Amino acid sequence: MREQLVVDRIRCDGHGLCAELLPEVIALDDWGYPIIKSGSIAPALLEHARQAVDACPVLALKLALVTAM
Amino acid sequence: MARLLSGPPLTAGAESYGAHQQRFGALPAAAARSLIGRLEASHLIGRGGAGFPVGRKWRAVADRANGKAVVLANGAEGEPLSLKDRTVMAARPHLVIDGAVLAADAVGADDIIFYVGAEHRAAEAAMRYALAERAADLRGRARVVQAPRGYVAGEESAAVHFINAGDPRPTTTPPRPFERGVGGRPTLVQNVESLAAAALVARGDDAGTSLITLSGAVRRAGVREIALDATLAEVAASAGGLARPVQAVLLGGYFGGWVDITDLWARPLAPASLRARGHAFGCGVLSFLAEDSCGVEATARIMGYLASQSARQCGPCLFGLGAIDAACRRLAARSAQPDDLKRITRWGGELAGRGACKHPDGATGLLRSALGVFADDYAAHQRGRCVRGAPAAGRPGALAQAVA
Ligand SMILES: Cc1cc2nc3c(=O)[nH]c(=O)nc-3n(C[C@H](O)[C@H](O)[C@H](O)COP(=O)(O)O)c2cc1C
Ligand code: SF4
Ligand code: SF4
Repeated sequence: MREQLVVDRIRCDGHGLCAELLPEVIALDDWGYPIIKSGSIAPALLEHARQAVDACPVLALKLALVTAM
Repeated sequence: MARLLSGPPLTAGAESYGAHQQRFGALPAAAARSLIGRLEASHLIGRGGAGFPVGRKWRAVADRANGKAVVLANGAEGEPLSLKDRTVMAARPHLVIDGAVLAADAVGADDIIFYVGAEHRAAEAAMRYALAERAADLRGRARVVQAPRGYVAGEESAAVHFINAGDPRPTTTPPRPFERGVGGRPTLVQNVESLAAAALVARGDDAGTSLITLSGAVRRAGVREIALDATLAEVAASAGGLARPVQAVLLGGYFGGWVDITDLWARPLAPASLRARGHAFGCGVLSFLAEDSCGVEATARIMGYLASQSARQCGPCLFGLGAIDAACRRLAARSAQPDDLKRITRWGGELAGRGACKHPDGATGLLRSALGVFADDYAAHQRGRCVRGAPAAGRPGALAQAVA
């Protein structure tokens, strides 16, 4: 499976919780908003990624199969 | 060959339906079916800024339309240096309507919306009058919606959001408008000039021209139509030549970028030729920055405007553009903090793709181009000096000249 983390940028209010749970993939910018490493999630990290998704207090983080037009 | 602005002079105002039909003949309605393929073959790309191929977009909508799609003709034209959309709507409203009707037939749409910037009075009046002239043919299929002021109101999901709910702020995608747009239906959002160009392609034209808006240090500023294989030098000559020596061109407007004049001067403006050099035609803005103007200052004004236009929904856009604006202003005023140049360089690479819409992508793209083209000026400003002509404070800024 080629899953990627996507942030709903309108919902996300920069709690930064996700970066704590998944520092391998998520960094924070100077204002506390996530910068997601591009590309799909390594299988070994998928479980952590799911935890980060569940931990986001505003449901802004999702695992998705990204499609283009 | 007929062009977008051939026919009566622009000063004559809107061309009537009768005059339009005399020049072009009736709408080639039967052409709609084969039109998508011909648009793909013509390599016509969108003229609203993003440069997406028109034919491919029509096909994506047609594939899911089921006769229930919507055509949203984008005439918001929030770009401060662009005048060409209001010009084509005000002078050639029937060409724009032709394009929208052909699009509706080709993709399977029963609703056409002309989304016209509230401040573009003459354009809106011309569109309304032209629609009334064709009321019998259109049978209530088309309407005008006033787009609210502001740079972001012209972004496609913002336009859809405004029409659906009265809120001109972009929405999270997916779904994109071509998937779920106006009234939840697949929606073709297409710039008004792109539609007018499609109407020419339907009549056998090769889409080889484009509208541009010239400003800054050129003798005759304003809108003109150019052959896409013309070089920048030829375009400048057709506008009476440069008014002063020029160092750089703002290409594609605030969503575009600065280009060193020597990098562009002798080269054709065709999208493919620009793309090969990492530039983009965008919405056709060409603004000339004089040699003695300060690119750091001109860029600070643009970044200030773009930061002010954030829809303030997404943290990276709101805080990131805000911080870039503040640092750019300090640099322009030659009172930079020690790390300002370093920080805007880092921020300029961090914001793209991190907003619900592409506003931060456009703004940081422009910033990055400035950091490249005006590298020496930025370094000097970081040290508290300006290497251009007179002291910054007493001099009218380049952008002010561009707008005047
Ligand atoms: C911040 C922002 C503002 C935009 N404003 C406009 C606009 O005023 N007019 C326009 O045609 N497209 C505008 N666009 C581009 C639209 O989202 C869309 O790509 C375009 O209308 C599609 O038409 P085209 O493919 O014919 O260019 C804007 C995009 C962004 C990100
Ligand atoms: S946890 Fe959720 S709200 Fe917080 S930064 Fe991550 S995505 Fe944004
Ligand atoms: S990126 Fe900026 S302009 Fe676009 S929706 Fe988010 S806050 Fe608004």
